[in-house]
Amino acid sequence: MRPIDVIEGKVSVLDRADVDTDQIIPKQFLKRVERTGFGEFLFYDWLRSGEIELEPNPILLAGRNFGCGSSREHAPWALEDFGFEAIVAPSFADIFYANCTKVGLLPVELDEAHCRAIAEAGEARIDVDDQTVTCAAGVFEFEIEPDIRHRLLNGLDDIAITLESAATIDRFEAAQGAAAGPATTGL
Amino acid sequence: MPSTMFDKIWSAHEVSDGLLYIDLHLVHEVTSPQAFDGLRLAGRPVRRPDRTLATADHNVPTDGTKAARLIADRLSRVQVETLERNCEEFGIPVYSLGSDRQGIVHVIGPELGVTQPGMTIVCGDSHTSTHGAFGALAFGIGTSEVEHVLATQCLVQKRPQTMRILYSGELAPGVTPKDLILATIGRLGTGGMVGHAVEYAGPAIESLSMPGRMTVCNMTIEGGGRAGMIAPDETTFEWVRGKAAAPGDFEAAVERWRRLPSDDGAEFDREVEIDAAGISPMVTWGTNPGMVVEVTDSVPDPGAMESPADRESAERALAYMDLRPGTPMTEVRPERVFIGSCTNSRVEDLREAAAIVDGRKVAASVRAMVVPGSQQVKAEAEAEGLHDVFRSAGFEWREAGCSMCLGMNPDTLIEGERCASTSNRNFEGRQGKGGRTHLVSPRMAAAAAVEGHFVDIRNWS
Repeated sequence: MRPIDVIEGKVSVLDRADVDTDQIIPKQFLKRVERTGFGEFLFYDWLRSGEIELEPNPILLAGRNFGCGSSREHAPWALEDFGFEAIVAPSFADIFYANCTKVGLLPVELDEAHCRAIAEAGEARIDVDDQTVTCAAGVFEFEIEPDIRHRLLNGLDDIAITLESAATIDRFEAAQGAAAGPATTGL
Repeated sequence: MPSTMFDKIWSAHEVSDGLLYIDLHLVHEVTSPQAFDGLRLAGRPVRRPDRTLATADHNVPTDGTKAARLIADRLSRVQVETLERNCEEFGIPVYSLGSDRQGIVHVIGPELGVTQPGMTIVCGDSHTSTHGAFGALAFGIGTSEVEHVLATQCLVQKRPQTMRILYSGELAPGVTPKDLILATIGRLGTGGMVGHAVEYAGPAIESLSMPGRMTVCNMTIEGGGRAGMIAPDETTFEWVRGKAAAPGDFEAAVERWRRLPSDDGAEFDREVEIDAAGISPMVTWGTNPGMVVEVTDSVPDPGAMESPADRESAERALAYMDLRPGTPMTEVRPERVFIGSCTNSRVEDLREAAAIVDGRKVAASVRAMVVPGSQQVKAEAEAEGLHDVFRSAGFEWREAGCSMCLGMNPDTLIEGERCASTSNRNFEGRQGKGGRTHLVSPRMAAAAAVEGHFVDIRNWS
């Protein structure tokens, strides 16, 4: 994952609530075994029918509960591959939010009024270190977990960090004893 | 201090602050290939193949294709073959096409007994919440997290808030667990449980069978919940007893499991009370599971909605669904009926649907299919003769898989078709581009197949 510090540029607006991952990347495109190339299928039905228009700007401004539905990481992959670097919305679905942070697509949660102001401004600058979004209407602070912020700023690999605790995991497993779950091998 | 069930399971699995140990990792073909690629690139092994279990479900044809190499669709074939190859390379047990244990990942876990109370369970699928029915902490993850769990058997997790939904009273006759959870999502909204691990409680929950509890927990994600849970009790223990993966010292395990339920006086971050006795059979009218009404109601009028955002969503949904405000739901006529999915494809679901169609015929205007959740469900149903009941009525009886819940295999709606479906999502295009989905219980779906329109199952004969 590449480090993210500042994301700056024009804002694309998708003014709809409860946009689900089936819309972001329809199921017929989940059959690929690669991680790249999903951008051309983003919002496949909506973009092709002309129901929405979307420019691949650095920032996507979306509605509440964005990314609800399935756990498919193909959704953030498609958004990122299309060209978005950050998504600003009043709220996100949990799994989608987590997936974005793993991919290096910055999710920014701000209240509806601030989201509207950013949409109207049409351009914004997001500073991950400061946790601020700056646009013509002002400077808005946003919340992000310190761990997530640290990983994004430094482009860190989660797995490498966790593997540093291998000895602690070994001890945990040794202590689990009878409470350990069933073995799946040898069923 | 009194603890919630969630607190007990969470703290028993915290390896260190924010690092959660995972007891069972379920894997399927769609969300895993990129994770295995990541392991190979980094030269990392799977830490605990013995706590990992894979099956092919999302993509598999339900027409009787017996091996991955025979799947007609090239991309689906590659994906299932890739799963088999990855599992072989990394030593993970896999029940793929041709195995008598193959099936929907959330059906086979409980039926093999690998889903047990007190465990942490993850899978690259949002309906992993299903396993919470056993008093486990179970939730869906993305592919990066799948790779993380494969490599470390742990997950970096922010502790969710806790929420309890307490149901008073019992469900009325004809009203099912599916109706209970649809009514709950209708009340709380599709984002109503976001950020929360939800415990379902109360007499209406306690009297549910395990399949009923799984239906409820399964749809937690449709309310945005991180995980759904139900306290384990005798019903739970009886289900696990005798299953292939049941603990050797079963009584000792039951002793541990009895300590899991939330203590009296445990505090939840949020509490909601719902009158279970007042719940009716439900039907969705829109394009998310929160857009739902009682079957005796009519299609709602967006003009009567207070919030402009809700009004706009409802108008768009009605245009997509081709429905007019004020139309009684019982006049809505599905052309397709799908009984299946991780929500409602267990033997009990099939028995309920079969009891409705027994001796009757599917309406001439309807094409109806039953897709058992697993090969074991299929075998059990066939041993009871349910397949004959369905076939005689005019239903198609198919092989196990996710099938038309999400239409990644050839089972899809065609543009404009309307479907009564026992699945979990009525999103635009979910069951096929331009397809229109109404979520209902197995009984309601079966009755709609017979009548050609929705009926109130409580007074239908």
